[in-house]
Formats: sequence, structure tokens, C-alpha cells
Amino acid sequence: MSFLAIRNLSVRLKNGPALLRRVSLDVAPGEVRGLVGESGAGKSMIGKAVLGILPPSVQITEGEILLDGTDLLSLPAKESRRRIGASCALIPQDPLTALNPSHRIGPQITDRLVDILGWTRAAADARARDLLTEVQIADPARVLRSYPHELSGGMRQRILIASAFAAEPKLIVADEPTTALDVTVQKQILRLIAGMQARHGTALLFVTHDLGVVSKVCQQLSVLYSGLVVEDSTVADFFASPRHPYSAALLAATPKYTDPDAGLHPVPDAVIDAVRAEVAAFDRTLAKGVKTHG
Amino acid sequence: MQILRLTILRLLTTLVTLAGVAVIVFFVIRVVPGNPIAMMLPPGATEADIARLSALYGLDQPLVTQFGIWLGGVVQGDFGTSITTRQPVLDLVLGRLPATLELSIMALVMAVIIGGAAALIGTRGRGTRTEGAVDVANGMALSVPDFLWGLVLMLVLGVLFPVFHISGRVTPSLDLPFVTNFYLFESLVRLRFDLWADLVAHMFMPALALAIPLAAVIGQLLKQSLKETMNLDYVTLARTKGYGETHVILREALRNAVLPTLTLVGVQFTFLIGGTVIIERLFSYEGLGNMAIDAVINRDLPLIQGIVILFAVIFTAVNLIVDLAYAVLNPRLRHA
Ligand SMILES: Nc1ncnc2c1ncn2[C@@H]1O[C@H](COP(=O)(O)OP(=O)(O)OP(=O)(O)O)[C@@H](O)[C@H]1O
Ligand SMILES: [Mg+2]
Repeated sequence: MSFLAIRNLSVRLKNGPALLRRVSLDVAPGEVRGLVGESGAGKSMIGKAVLGILPPSVQITEGEILLDGTDLLSLPAKESRRRIGASCALIPQDPLTALNPSHRIGPQITDRLVDILGWTRAAADARARDLLTEVQIADPARVLRSYPHELSGGMRQRILIASAFAAEPKLIVADEPTTALDVTVQKQILRLIAGMQARHGTALLFVTHDLGVVSKVCQQLSVLYSGLVVEDSTVADFFASPRHPYSAALLAATPKYTDPDAGLHPVPDAVIDAVRAEVAAFDRTLAKGVKTHG
Repeated sequence: MQILRLTILRLLTTLVTLAGVAVIVFFVIRVVPGNPIAMMLPPGATEADIARLSALYGLDQPLVTQFGIWLGGVVQGDFGTSITTRQPVLDLVLGRLPATLELSIMALVMAVIIGGAAALIGTRGRGTRTEGAVDVANGMALSVPDFLWGLVLMLVLGVLFPVFHISGRVTPSLDLPFVTNFYLFESLVRLRFDLWADLVAHMFMPALALAIPLAAVIGQLLKQSLKETMNLDYVTLARTKGYGETHVILREALRNAVLPTLTLVGVQFTFLIGGTVIIERLFSYEGLGNMAIDAVINRDLPLIQGIVILFAVIFTAVNLIVDLAYAVLNPRLRHA
């Protein structure tokens, strides 16, 4: 059974356009699902919905987010927050803004262990040291005493990864965890996340633009266009024969490492028009559905 | 190190500022019409009497000479003698300073509590009617100056429902065991809570009148800053850890939100201290401000000079404290 099952999740801007259109996807325990799509497709929105951190300007209009079989959206806010905190974690996109500038690193890793999970401070501190060693930070004791501004971006992302794994979550949402980093550290961080995920057996929802990364890290893949899932397959199937023309075009447009500069407008206009038409058709059926119900 | 350098630098600039203030106050109050000697003497005093007294106070000398004599004294800690009371200006001013400091600090504490609470409540209920109510209250508090709040308070809590004393610093018939003029502070140290309560009952309304506008400034600035901070990534990350809204506001956002408001609140606090002049008069509170008004009415030039210099010292001290607090609260500066 899936640890995370999203069913027909629709999200819209309050009194505005739809941002997610009946999104469904599954993440089994220990499995990695890639979430790809162009900028603004709604990838982050899905991750935020799962973690209960949607911005106040949007609202969920229908659907379910089943975490270990329980629909988070049917729970009282406090209870769903508790469950998310206990079994999920986020590896954010920008390590420079995701650490609190006023707190030392140590408490930022151990806070939930102590405050929420009731660990002793000593046990939590020991855990933090082990985690920093695991993410290959030299001199963990010094780093734990440091403030964020004293550390490099790559270092901070390692800390955020360590912090995400601190409470042994069942599911981690990684939202483009390497895009804000130097190209040189991107690969290291990617390898680190993949390694940690495999060792800890954590399910991972991996948001990325990069199909190359998907082929290395993920087993499952959802391709998103304008909040609509146009393809949901295993990574092996997808790379062998993508089913949807849009995702096929996306794959074809992915620069090979031999030719990284191929094309500035990768997906052909005809394909874009077709998938737009599909989104419009989806919205029309949805509107009709609402009318017959009402 | 940063903090030490900052302190020394600020003390040096403070000296320059104070020198400027000394020059300005000395010459400006001598341009304003009104002869202090004439006001001291009974009606019918002769020209000779006036001349004799003027010579006694050095007022017959050229202005620049007078300034030199005065400044020479000031540098040695001698601010001259009050024309009206014939006591050393320094003794008079330092005797009143504690009353004004206690009033200002009490007002500051009230403003921080009220404004801080308003900001937290407004942030907690942002986007709802609660925030709207906080905004309206802030707007009202800001649109009325402190002395009008003083009048309103006096009418409501002093006359209509006489809960607090409307005049003075302490009930005159009480036996005061104090050796300093920091009555409020000393009453606590001596565990004389009866006296403390009496002092508070006198100080409450003037302090609140001074506090209300500052509370509104704190409420508005801090709420704005908190709301911006609440959208930052590290706050969102803390939410995913299972923390509730209140914890997130207090532990993740508050400290970072306070920093950008600190400097402005410091400036506003110096306005509050300026406001004590009228508020002390209104509530007949025996502090520096009240003394300043008497000094102006009596053209007591040395006393006016002393009071103005002291206010300038207080203002620069407040600014220094704010800067230091900023450095202490900001890890980036602390470790630089
Ligand atoms: N706070 C917000 N308020 C209103 N609309 C938003 C907000 N955040 C995102 N959106 C809109 O929701 C849509 C989906 O945004 P989302 O951030 O999920 O895109 P994305 O696929 O993650 O893109 P990117 O690759 O650029 O991160 C976009 O059209 C965006 O404009
Ligand atoms: Mg995104």
C-alpha cells in the first residue's frame, strides 16, 4: 500500500484559476517519485499540499491526501499538523533562506526531536552529531554551534538534509533541492540525498526540472502540465516509451550531456497547443460536472 | 569587539553633539525676550538693584564671555546656580531626573507590553477580523497625541471613576524612607509594597498617556515585520515539523521581526521622553519636564541650559542603548 496517496486533488487561487487539476499520485514506502513539469506547473503546490503549508491565498476545492491511509484533509488542523510533523519532512529549495538566522544550527536540527517527539536533549544532540557525520560534515560539534551565516550554501543544504532525516520520517518532500546551489556541489548533494534515501528506506517525492536527475534517482514519475498530471509511469517505462506527447517532447528536449545547449524552446508549439487544449477540455468537463451536480 | 568599537565611536560623536546642543541652547534662550533679573526682584526695584544683581550672576558681561564662563564650569561638572532657587543647577536637575526616568521607563514597559501584545494578536489573526480590530485600535491610538490621551485618562480614570491619583508623584502625607530619588525602584528594594502601590497609582495615568502612541507604533511596525517574517522559508520549514502557529510566531519569527523595528522604536522612545514635559505638567508630576516649564516661565537661564543638556544626554544614551541592543540581538553583528 502507498504511504502517500493523493486522490483527485484540486487547488485553486481563491476566486481565481485552478492551480492543480484532480491530481492523483502514489508514493509507496521507500520509493522515489519524481515530479517534473515546466515552471509554474504546480509541482511545489503538490509538495506544499502534502506538508500542509499551502499559502493562504489558495484553497483546496476537492480531493484527498491519504497519509498512511488517513485523509489529512478530513482531520482537524492540529491533528493533521501532528501527523505530518511525525512522519514527513521537507528538503527545501533554497538553503540560504531555510535556516533561521537567529538560531544556532544545533537546535534547528534537534528542535522537533526534543519539543515534539520528547527526546532528551543529550540524545537529540548525539543524534544531530551522527547526522552531520552522515552528511559528510567535518567537525560536527563546531557546526552545531555555528549560526547559518557562518556556513556556505552547500554546507547549509547538507544541514537541511540532515535535519529532514532527523526524526526518521516515512516521507520526504524534496523541492528542487539542488537548483539554488553551485553546479559543482549539485551532484554531491544529489548523490547524498539518494544515498540517505536508500539507507534509511525513506519514501521521497522529488520535485525537479531535470529528467537526467529523474533517471538516476527515481523509480516513479509524474509529469505535470498546468496542474494536470499528463503522465504517471515508472521511470523505466517512461524512458523506454513515454505515453503522452507532451512528456515525449519533454524527454526529446532534454539535453544530452554531450550537447548541453540543445534548443532554447524545447517543446514544439504544436505539442504545447495540444496539451493546452487538453487542459481546457478537462476544465469544461469539470464545469459540466459541477452543473449537473448543482 | 564590534560592540566595544561601536560604544567608543558613539561616545565620541556624543561629545560633539552635546557641544552643539550647548552652543545652541545657550544663545537661543538669550535671544528670546524676557529678563530673568527683572522677574526676580519685587516691583519697584531700582536700576541700581538690577545692575547689581545682573553683575552677581555675570549677566552684565558680553555674551561670548558668559558662554566661556558657563562652558568652563560645565566641563568641570558645574552647571551654575539656578536664578530662582539659588541652588546648584546640577543638584536640582539630578534630583528630578529619577522621577522622569521612572516615568519614561514605566511608559516604555507599558508600550512594549501593549504594542507587543497587539502585534502578536494581530499576526495570529492575520487576514481575519481580529487583525482589522488591531489595526483600527492602532490607528486611533496614533491619531491622538499623548497629552490628549492624558486628559481623556484623567477624566475617565481620575474623575469619573477615580481609580488613580490625578496629580503628584506620591501622596504627600506618606512617610518616605527613601535615600535616593528612584522612589519606585527603591520601594521595591525595600519591599515597601504599600509605597510602591501608591507610586504606581500616581504614575499609572501619565505613563499610560505617554505609552499609548508608542504602543501603537510598536504594534504597527512589529505586526508588519512579523507578517513578513511569517512568509519566510525557515518559518514554513518549522511548520512542517509539527509546530503550532503560536510557537512559530514566538520562537521562529519574533526575534527576527524585532530587529528591523528596533531603531524606529528607539527614535519613538525619544519622542516619548520629550512628551514627559507636557505630561508631567498635566499631572503635576515632579520631574524634569515640569521643572523645565517652570524654568522657562521664570527665565531661569542656567536651569534651562542644564535641563536641555541633560535631555540631550538622555536622548543620545537611548540611541546608544538601541544600537547596542541591535548588535546583541543580531548574531551577524555579534560575531563580526
Ligand atoms: N503564494 C502563491 N499565491 C498565489 N499563487 C501562487 C503562489 N505560489 C504559487 N502560485 C501559483 O501557482 C502555480 C503553481 O506554482 P508552483 O510553485 O507549484 O509551480 P512549480 O511547478 O513549483 O514551478 P517552479 O518550477 O518554478 O518552482 C503557479 O502558476 C504560481 O503562479
Ligand atoms: Mg517550485
